[in-house]
Amino acid sequence: MSVNQQAHTGPPYGQPQPGYQGYQQPAYGGQPLPGVPQSQYGAYNGPMPGYQQPVPPQGYFPSLGFPSKGSPVSLNSDTSSLAPNFIGSLRAPPTSGAPPPATGASLPSGHLAYSQFGHGDVQNGIPASAAPMQRPPASQPFLPGSAPTPVSQTSTFQQYGPPPASVQQLSNHMAGMTIGSTTASAPPPAGLGYGPPTSVPPVSGSFSATGSGLYTPYTASQGPPPTSVSQGLPLAQPPFLGQPISTQRLPTQVPGFAPPPSSTGIGPSSYSPATGAPRPPTMPGPPLSGQTVAGPPTSQPNHISSPPPPSTMSGPHPGPPMSGLHGPPPPTHPPQPGYQMQQNGSFGQVRGPQPNYGGAYPGTPNYGSQPGPPPPPKRLDPDSIPSPIQVIEDDRSNRGSEPFVTGVRGQVPPLVTTNFLVKDQGNASPRYIRCTSYNIPCTSDMAKQSQVPLAAVIKPLATLPPEETLPYLVDHGESGPVRCNRCKAYMCPFMQFIEGGRRFQCCFCSCVTEVPPHYFQHLDHTGKRVDFYDRPELSLGSYEFLATVDYCKNNKFPSPPAFIFMIDVSYNAVKSGLVRLICEELKSLLDYLPREGNMEESAIRVGFVTYNKVLHFYNVKSSLAQPQMMVVSDVADMFVPLLDGFLVNVNESRTVIASLLDQIPEMFADTRETETVFAPVIQAGLEALKAAECAGKLFIFHTSLPIAEAPGKLKNRDDKKLINTDKEKTLFQPQTSFYNNLAKDCVAQGCCVDLFLFPNQYLDVATLGVVTYQTGGSIYKYAYFQLETDQDRFLNDLRRDVQKEVGFDAVMRVRTSTGIRATDFFGAFYMSNTTDVEMAGLDCDKTITVEFKHDDKLSEDSGALLQCALLYTSCAGQRRLRIHNLSLNCCTQLADLYRNCETDTLINYLAKYAYRGVLGSPVKTVRDALINQCAQILACYRKNCASPSSAGQLILPECMKLLPVYLNCVLKSDVLQPGPEVTTDDRAYIRQLVTSMDVAETNVFFYPRLLPLTKADVDSDSLPAAIRNSEERLSKGDIYLLENGLNIFVWVGVNVQQGLIQNLFGVSSFSQISNALSTLPVLENPFSKKVRSIVDMLQVQRSRYMKLIIVKQEDKLEMLFKHFLVEDKSLSGGASYVDFLCHMHKEIRQLLS
Amino acid sequence: MATYLEFIQQNEERDGVRFSWNVWPSSRLEATRMVVPLACLLTPLKERLDLPPVQYEPVLCSRPTCKAVLNPLCQVDYRAKLWACNFCFQRNQFPPAYAGISEVNQPAELMPQFSTIEYIVQRGPQTPMIFLYVVDTCLEEEDLQALKESLQMSLSLLPADALVGLITFGRMVQVHELSCEGISKSYVFRGTKDLTAKQIQDMLGLSRPAVPLQPGRPLQTPEQPVISSRFLQPVHKIDMNLTDLLGELQRDPWPVTQGKRPLRSTGVALSIAVGLLEGTFPNTGARIMLFTGGPPTQGPGMVVGDELKTPIRSWHDIEKDNARFMRKATKHYETLANRTAANGHCIDIYACALDQTGLLEMKCCANLTGGHMVMGDSFNTSLFKQTFQRVFNKGFNGEFRMAFGASLDVKTSRELKIAGAIGPCTSLNAKGPCVSENELGVGGTSQWKICSLDPSTTLAIYFEVVNQHNAPIPQGGRGAVQFVTQYQHSNTQKRIRVTTIARNWADAQSQLQHIEAAFDQEAAAVLMARLGVYRAESEEGPDVLRWLDRQLIRLCQKFGQYNKDDPNSFRLSESFSLYPQFMFHLRRSPFLQVFNNSPDESSYYRHHFARQDLTQSLIMIQPILYAYSFHGPPEPVLLDSSSILPDRILLMDTFFQIVIYLGETIAQWQKAGYQDMPEYENFKHLLQAPLDDAQEILQTRFPMPRYIHTEHGGSQARFLLSKVNPSQTHNNLYAWGQVS
Repeated sequence: MSVNQQAHTGPPYGQPQPGYQGYQQPAYGGQPLPGVPQSQYGAYNGPMPGYQQPVPPQGYFPSLGFPSKGSPVSLNSDTSSLAPNFIGSLRAPPTSGAPPPATGASLPSGHLAYSQFGHGDVQNGIPASAAPMQRPPASQPFLPGSAPTPVSQTSTFQQYGPPPASVQQLSNHMAGMTIGSTTASAPPPAGLGYGPPTSVPPVSGSFSATGSGLYTPYTASQGPPPTSVSQGLPLAQPPFLGQPISTQRLPTQVPGFAPPPSSTGIGPSSYSPATGAPRPPTMPGPPLSGQTVAGPPTSQPNHISSPPPPSTMSGPHPGPPMSGLHGPPPPTHPPQPGYQMQQNGSFGQVRGPQPNYGGAYPGTPNYGSQPGPPPPPKRLDPDSIPSPIQVIEDDRSNRGSEPFVTGVRGQVPPLVTTNFLVKDQGNASPRYIRCTSYNIPCTSDMAKQSQVPLAAVIKPLATLPPEETLPYLVDHGESGPVRCNRCKAYMCPFMQFIEGGRRFQCCFCSCVTEVPPHYFQHLDHTGKRVDFYDRPELSLGSYEFLATVDYCKNNKFPSPPAFIFMIDVSYNAVKSGLVRLICEELKSLLDYLPREGNMEESAIRVGFVTYNKVLHFYNVKSSLAQPQMMVVSDVADMFVPLLDGFLVNVNESRTVIASLLDQIPEMFADTRETETVFAPVIQAGLEALKAAECAGKLFIFHTSLPIAEAPGKLKNRDDKKLINTDKEKTLFQPQTSFYNNLAKDCVAQGCCVDLFLFPNQYLDVATLGVVTYQTGGSIYKYAYFQLETDQDRFLNDLRRDVQKEVGFDAVMRVRTSTGIRATDFFGAFYMSNTTDVEMAGLDCDKTITVEFKHDDKLSEDSGALLQCALLYTSCAGQRRLRIHNLSLNCCTQLADLYRNCETDTLINYLAKYAYRGVLGSPVKTVRDALINQCAQILACYRKNCASPSSAGQLILPECMKLLPVYLNCVLKSDVLQPGPEVTTDDRAYIRQLVTSMDVAETNVFFYPRLLPLTKADVDSDSLPAAIRNSEERLSKGDIYLLENGLNIFVWVGVNVQQGLIQNLFGVSSFSQISNALSTLPVLENPFSKKVRSIVDMLQVQRSRYMKLIIVKQEDKLEMLFKHFLVEDKSLSGGASYVDFLCHMHKEIRQLLS
Repeated sequence: MATYLEFIQQNEERDGVRFSWNVWPSSRLEATRMVVPLACLLTPLKERLDLPPVQYEPVLCSRPTCKAVLNPLCQVDYRAKLWACNFCFQRNQFPPAYAGISEVNQPAELMPQFSTIEYIVQRGPQTPMIFLYVVDTCLEEEDLQALKESLQMSLSLLPADALVGLITFGRMVQVHELSCEGISKSYVFRGTKDLTAKQIQDMLGLSRPAVPLQPGRPLQTPEQPVISSRFLQPVHKIDMNLTDLLGELQRDPWPVTQGKRPLRSTGVALSIAVGLLEGTFPNTGARIMLFTGGPPTQGPGMVVGDELKTPIRSWHDIEKDNARFMRKATKHYETLANRTAANGHCIDIYACALDQTGLLEMKCCANLTGGHMVMGDSFNTSLFKQTFQRVFNKGFNGEFRMAFGASLDVKTSRELKIAGAIGPCTSLNAKGPCVSENELGVGGTSQWKICSLDPSTTLAIYFEVVNQHNAPIPQGGRGAVQFVTQYQHSNTQKRIRVTTIARNWADAQSQLQHIEAAFDQEAAAVLMARLGVYRAESEEGPDVLRWLDRQLIRLCQKFGQYNKDDPNSFRLSESFSLYPQFMFHLRRSPFLQVFNNSPDESSYYRHHFARQDLTQSLIMIQPILYAYSFHGPPEPVLLDSSSILPDRILLMDTFFQIVIYLGETIAQWQKAGYQDMPEYENFKHLLQAPLDDAQEILQTRFPMPRYIHTEHGGSQARFLLSKVNPSQTHNNLYAWGQVS
């Protein structure tokens, strides 16, 4: 919090802003509260100074230190301090009032950062530093940045000063701007117009000059990003002089600032090109630009510039950090919401101004020249924008060292990427529950305003590291667990005992319940029960109750569950060797069925079915000499032909089973049956479990589209032409409702279906997966299965799937404090009513995301409680209740909300939400809604929490600074934006997969981990530091590993030393590396060992065995690999990070205006 | 009349035919006045030791509507090499092979002693006999064990090339694949779902083999038999397999809760068996042998629900229309029976249970296809074991006493028409000029199909004289009937047996005594009884009895001599003398009386009555009672309570039961152990005599009768007491005690 306040320090900038106001005003003008801003600014200024002062000193230096990383970091810090972060230099958050000042400030800072003006930057940084103060690493950098900004700002403001009156002008400008934006010619005038009124021109000139000098180098580096920037720029540019714009456009202009100037003229024109078709139209930018214009000069430039600086940063200049610093100040400034445009604009301007100031009119000339000479557009420097890698690293280093103790309400846990231990002191471990926010708005109005979804990602049976203890099992005797009389919440640490311990008051509904006599215990002087520490349910966040018979189906204790293996023995399966493989594997695998605790043997019984067009059941009763096969060809009306001998104990029937598994491949070796059925297979399993009166799991190994005449028969309906049409959603929907009904029956019986698919062509995963999905099962897909390459992966998956801990016949309910309510659920389950999540099976990897909505007010005092109760049957057939409790804070200030959010969880929710959305709406609608929601979240922050800054600045809350990059990854994912090589099945598969993922999985799935293998330290067992997912980060001379939870790519650059190649692949040259390898050769040298141990380590971390793919640079497979470099523009049209950031910014600005 | 008796006997021995009238009334009117219709009992495959079959094709009349076979009654013009059909008078050329024909060089079929002749013909591929076991597994352990042993034993009795198949059923129906090595494989069907033949064949993979991936002709030819033989394999190839398989048969594993009957899917099992054979071997001799230990309790053909508290239907329920499953079940089995018959297969039912098993509903399966029906208390009884073994008995020539897929074609001369047949047959719906519009039994056709028959299978065939009263038959004219039976011999040969008989016409007014003298009262009794039983299947019991009574009265009116109002004056000629007695016992028989019999028992009795030959039928109508005493050699005595004497041992044969009854004194002697004393060896012999005689009967009878050894006052004595004419009862015992 304090950080945020510090952020406010931004106000110092505010001071400058006033000066700016002129400029800002225009922006404001665009915005509703032009006049207000000023006043506000004033106010801000007031505080700001105070802040600034402290800040600057600290900030500076730290920032300097930061520089390298700093720039981005610093940004963050700013945000953190202020609450808002900018992304780049843009400051979006502050209200309009705020923005202007910010812009003013930012501009300067930006300028500083950029070029010359490391010093200036430093100063800026300082103001920011106030914020940093609070947050050590991040904030510090910022501070410096901020500090500088103030200074610069002031200056800029002054310069801008004139404009203040311009508020009115602004509006005019706006008009002009827009025009400018629209037509190429327009810009110049607009620019001119702006220039004059604001007096910016000169400034800009100077800026540009300075900027140009500095920039050029940057720009070069920035080169790539430009596109997005340019877009933003145009807007800003017009208002400003050409120069600023140009700078923004820098992307294209890489060369020098000079281009920027041209940009003024070109600005408009360049915009459209730069932005690409879409953006120009969005031209809203332009109008924004008008606004931005004001902003841009000041804050935006800074911010923007800051990003670029990073690159420079890397260089000698502290500037970059500065820029970062600047960034922070910008936040305080009324950053203009404008996106890249603004940023660009602002950047451009900023730089422009500064340069101008600095020197230089070169910029001006540019302006003049702009139209003529195409100014090399500047880009947003990717290094300056928030880096996931950095965030992860920071969290790791800050929070990985000591255990996370759950005793405190509303604590935000470390990131999922951080290794940490958890000590349960009354709240469930984040391994079980993670929330999007640990501070919940008290009212629904607030919640609506922020648009931050309130959701919890729950993994009730999560596996814990060995150091942590499993939930204790509590037995409350025959009467069952103690529960609240009214809401039926289970006894938990938050229940309040009163009247000397004779009653307790429910923490959820406040109802008072008598304590049952056998449970009575005296209270100590603090009102705690004396046995507080003896009872897990009073002192821990997670524990289990032993359920009584009342909690069982039909009031009968369940029998131990069963596993039924159902193997496709059609021609394809036999020919590919799959059948033999499965049978061989099962022989040994059956000894590893899940066991409960320390039981000697698993209680789980097994059964076997093979099938093609008909089903074959096997009687493997222990008394038989030979297994018996029973063929059921009446697939229209499936039934189980035998009872006794179908489900058997592995140990008792060992020889018969072995004999069966030996014979199955032989029996079908000559099969010519190519058709298969599918629904009857599930029905058969279901009926078998019904007959045995137990729950269980079906393992179905299936190869083809079920076209044989039978219920659930499917036709090939794959049609890529539907993509991007309104009918696209049908590709995700099941073909028939048959499977939905079947799933319902399965759930009722506790029949969970795990599906292993081995398709050689379309087999309609969307339909086949319905039952799996709704019963809580898993789908595994091995397209074009080949024994040699895929067998390891398949077998590992199978082993894990069979062995993993699993509960059956599960019902989960989430109870909450009065005031909020679980309203929506995402995951693999079935719901027959609106509150209970039913899962036939639930394993340790399955996650359910629950969304909450307000139905009343919450109070800050009591906070909000969640209790997730999962009733399930353990693998030994014991009925249990697993309870997870979590207490959250409630807030009346939006800032608190934004400070306690978790982006990874948010992305998990958003992805699931979007992936469900594609079932009902066109993909485009879903994407737009996603962008819109995020824009609203960020805009709300900007408006309500961030300190004022230029509208041109994008300001992001510290906790959400990765939101744009992650969101972009979601938007680019195969489901929402398929490339041509992505099959319909893949999309459906991914869609269902993601729906059950936990936060860690979605995190790496959407933003893959990219490790430079050649940088690995062969002597330690640590992983090399990850790098960002962008092609520019790859060096031709290195080998990289990329993993996303499904695949591991090993990318080999063309210039890799032969020695390394020899060591890793055992071949002498690059060209000899075979990309058909599915594993790395086992070679006795440190490098090979290291790499293999890394791969193994990663494999262990993921719930699925990842497919290893060797990619040689410039090989055709590289296209596939590049698809996972998510910060780059994707072939299927996905935006690059930078572009997307700019786009987000634009959206935010639009919302704010 | 001795001559007529001899004539009748001779005819029966030679042709297997017994006519009710051996001289035929010459007009329709006269014939109807005779009361007993002109009809005959035909035993198509009567064993003839002296009848070597000829190895050529029969010569047929060339008239398409006639096609009668050349026979000794035909007029032959040796010079022109022509013969005139004695039924339609069509003149036919002899085929070229008969070129050498002359008065002295006659083919066998023209010789009078060959009024019955058998041809072996080469038609179609020879297929081995097929036995498809359909086995109920909802049995008590002991029963199942016994049944398994019987089945295993039966494998050794089958010819090595016979095809066998196995279907087991309980709650599910399993069709066992016999060709597989190692793992035993079966196709399983739900017991509750009726499937069409096509579905069954699809599910068993019998319909067209799966599209051959490599279109190779050579593959297809061998494949066809392979496919069909997955379920039906030659005994010699798989008897070890099948023996093991049978050995491993388990009781139906599905739990039966207290108070419930096991779920038994007999209806579906039969349906599948029928469908399987239909798809693989249509029109080839095959036996579906159903072994069931209880009533069908689910699915199509269910006879009773699985609640033990609701008992299986009784006659009482049926009369009250209270048997809710009966009609549907009957319909199901009728459909199956008709399909089976159409395919030329037969269904045997071996039902062993203490309670009813649904024979009433299932009876048509055996009745229409010529299958056996055996009813016992348990599979673990010698009654079942020996009966079953006897199915595979061989005849004098070492051939199985069974034949398949027979069709019986009856041709008559113009004055006669065919009214119908009663026996284990179905109509082939062959309309023709000689088919009467009045139906008796299965009518409206001149051809019937008898899917399975043995040497004793006997049909009753009813005729109608259509000659008008005013169109006299030329003096000395003879009416002729030809029976052409084509069948598949147990050695897989196709054979045709032709029997041609002729009888004289007589004018009933002028020559009544001839007709009267030529009356075969035994045949007539059986023929009337068959009519009665046939009616009883569809009509109310009392109506049938009334009808029988009226017929008897009318017969007596017509042929009796009496003075009005003087009962003692009533006389019947010798040829009619036994007839009323037969009718009397018939009225009391279980064929017409359902009292004290369950519906199943009635069906069982009627089944056998409708297929046994004359002798056996008479035993069924009027059980035979032999008396053994020290007073002389064993003698037949009246089936009357007066025959029960203390110092007699009685042996009663009712066909279904053999009762040995020790008189009061004899029983006491036996208890005293006299038979063990050397000095009373004669007593021992006396005790032994009936046992030996009974054994003789038991040895030959099919199905094996229930053997009851009882004594005066024993509980089992009821079997005897219920049969004898109750001339002495507890009411008149003392008054009439010593009279007879």
